[in-house]
Amino acid sequence: MDRNLIRIRSLDREDITKILEQSKVFLEILDRPIKKVPALRGKVVVTLFFEPSTRTRMSFELAAKMLSADVLNFAASTSSAVKGESLKDTALTMKALGADYIVVRHTHTGAPEFIAKQGDFRVINGGDGFGEHPTQALLDLFTIRQKLGRLEGLNVAIMGDIAHSRVARSNIFALNKMGANVRLVAPPTMLPVNIEKLGAEVHYRPDAILEDTDVLYLLRVQTERQKDSLLPSLKEYAELFGVNGDLLSKFKKDVMVMHPGPINRGVEISHDVADGNDTYIEEQVRNGLVVRMAVLYLLEGGKEAAHEAVS
Amino acid sequence: MKSKTVEIMDEEGIKRALIRIAHEILEKNKGAERLALLGLQTRGVPIAERLAAIIKEIEGADVPVGALDVTLYRDDLSHMRHHPQVRATTVPFNVENARIVITDEVIYTGRTIRAAMDAIMDLGRPQVIQLAALIDRGHRELPIRADYVGKNIPTSRLEWVHVRLREVDGIEGVTLGRSLDRAADDE
Repeated sequence: MDRNLIRIRSLDREDITKILEQSKVFLEILDRPIKKVPALRGKVVVTLFFEPSTRTRMSFELAAKMLSADVLNFAASTSSAVKGESLKDTALTMKALGADYIVVRHTHTGAPEFIAKQGDFRVINGGDGFGEHPTQALLDLFTIRQKLGRLEGLNVAIMGDIAHSRVARSNIFALNKMGANVRLVAPPTMLPVNIEKLGAEVHYRPDAILEDTDVLYLLRVQTERQKDSLLPSLKEYAELFGVNGDLLSKFKKDVMVMHPGPINRGVEISHDVADGNDTYIEEQVRNGLVVRMAVLYLLEGGKEAAHEAVS
Repeated sequence: MKSKTVEIMDEEGIKRALIRIAHEILEKNKGAERLALLGLQTRGVPIAERLAAIIKEIEGADVPVGALDVTLYRDDLSHMRHHPQVRATTVPFNVENARIVITDEVIYTGRTIRAAMDAIMDLGRPQVIQLAALIDRGHRELPIRADYVGKNIPTSRLEWVHVRLREVDGIEGVTLGRSLDRAADDE
C-alpha cells in the first residue's frame, strides 16, 4: 500500500484485494459489545470537508474512532475557510496540529494531491470535484463480493448522471481492474464524450441490459444541477430511467440494486424498490465502516517514511 | 547466513505433550464446565482444536474453540511503517464468565499474551484466563507465566524456535536454530 489513497486509478488489483480482505476481517468488530480496538491509539485523524457530506464524513469519523484514533472535524462552512484562508494554509495548520491522517473532500479535482504535498500526513480522498471517490468504490466492490462471492466476469450496470459522478469514475476504474464488465446507462447529456475509452459499454436506455445484469448501480440525480438543462424534467427521467417494481421485474431475478446515497425517492428509485429486498443500500453504509477502517489501518506511514516524496 | 538446527520434539512428542496438557486443564478446572479454548493465530488455533479433541475423548465434553488475532492490540504497531495484515478473529462462545484457556505454540517475551488478554477483555469478562503453550523458551519481558507447558527449552535470545504443525505447515516437529555468524555470536 501507498502512503495515500487518492485515486483508484493508481491502485493495482493486488492493492484492492488486500483492502477488501482486510475489510472482511474487521466485520467482526461491528458485532462486538464494545466496538473499539486500540490499533490507532494516539493518532490524529482530521476530516477536512469543503463540501457538504453526511455519510462519508460520519463513516470516516466512526471508523477512525473504532480504531481508537482521535478525530478532529473541519467543516468549511463553520471554519476559517469562510474568512478566506487558503487550502495551503489550512493544510499547514493541520500539520502544526500534528495530524497523522487527513480525509479531504473538496470541490476542486486534485485538492487531495495538493494537500499531500504540504506535510507528512497520510491523505485519503473523500471525494474531489469531478475526480474520484475511492473509498465509495471500494465499499461497493466489497458489498458486491460479499453477496456474489466474486467480481470477475460480473456484469455491472451504472445508471444515472455519469458525467458529474466521481463515484461512477472510481467504480469504473475499480470494476475494470477486478475483471468485471461495466455498462453505463444514461441519456447522452449525462455521458461524457469518449467515456467508452475508460473500458465500458454505453447504452442510452435500460432495455438493452435487462437480461444479464448482475448488479444495477443507480446514481443520484443531482437535482441541484437541473439548471444545467441536462434533462427536460425530473418526471421524464423517472419515467425512462427510474427503477420501479415494474422495471425491476424485467431484470434478471436477484439483480443487486445499489446506490451510494442519498437517494431521491420517486426519481432514480421508487419507494417500493428502495424498501425492497433487492436493494443493498444499508449494507453499503455498514460496509463503508469496515472498508474505511481497513484503509486507515493499511496506509503506510511512520517515521521512516517521512522523507519520502508524496504522490 | 550460516545456521545450525536441532530437532527438539517430534510428532510423537507433541502428541504426548498435548495429551498431558489436556489432562492438566481438566484437573485444574475440575472438569470441562464453562471451559473454552482460544487459539492465537496462526499455530495456536490447531493446538486448541487438538486439545478440544483430546478433552472430548477423555471427558466426552464438547469444549468450544475460537481463534484470536492479536495484531490490533500489539504494543509496537505505532513503530511500524507497514501494519501487518490482520487475520480472522472468531469467538463462537460467550466470553462472560467463561474459563478461557489461551493456546499458543511458543511463549517468549509475553507481549503477545498481554495483547491477547486485552483483546479478550474487550469481548467480555471471563471468570479466568489461563495459558497453554507448547514451548516455553524463557526471556519474559512482562510478568506473565504459562499455566500449562509442553516443554521448557532454555534458549539464548540469538536462537529461534520453530514449531511446525501439520494443519499449517504440512509437517510436524519443533526445531531449535542458531546462527553460526560470528557477528551474531559476539552480541
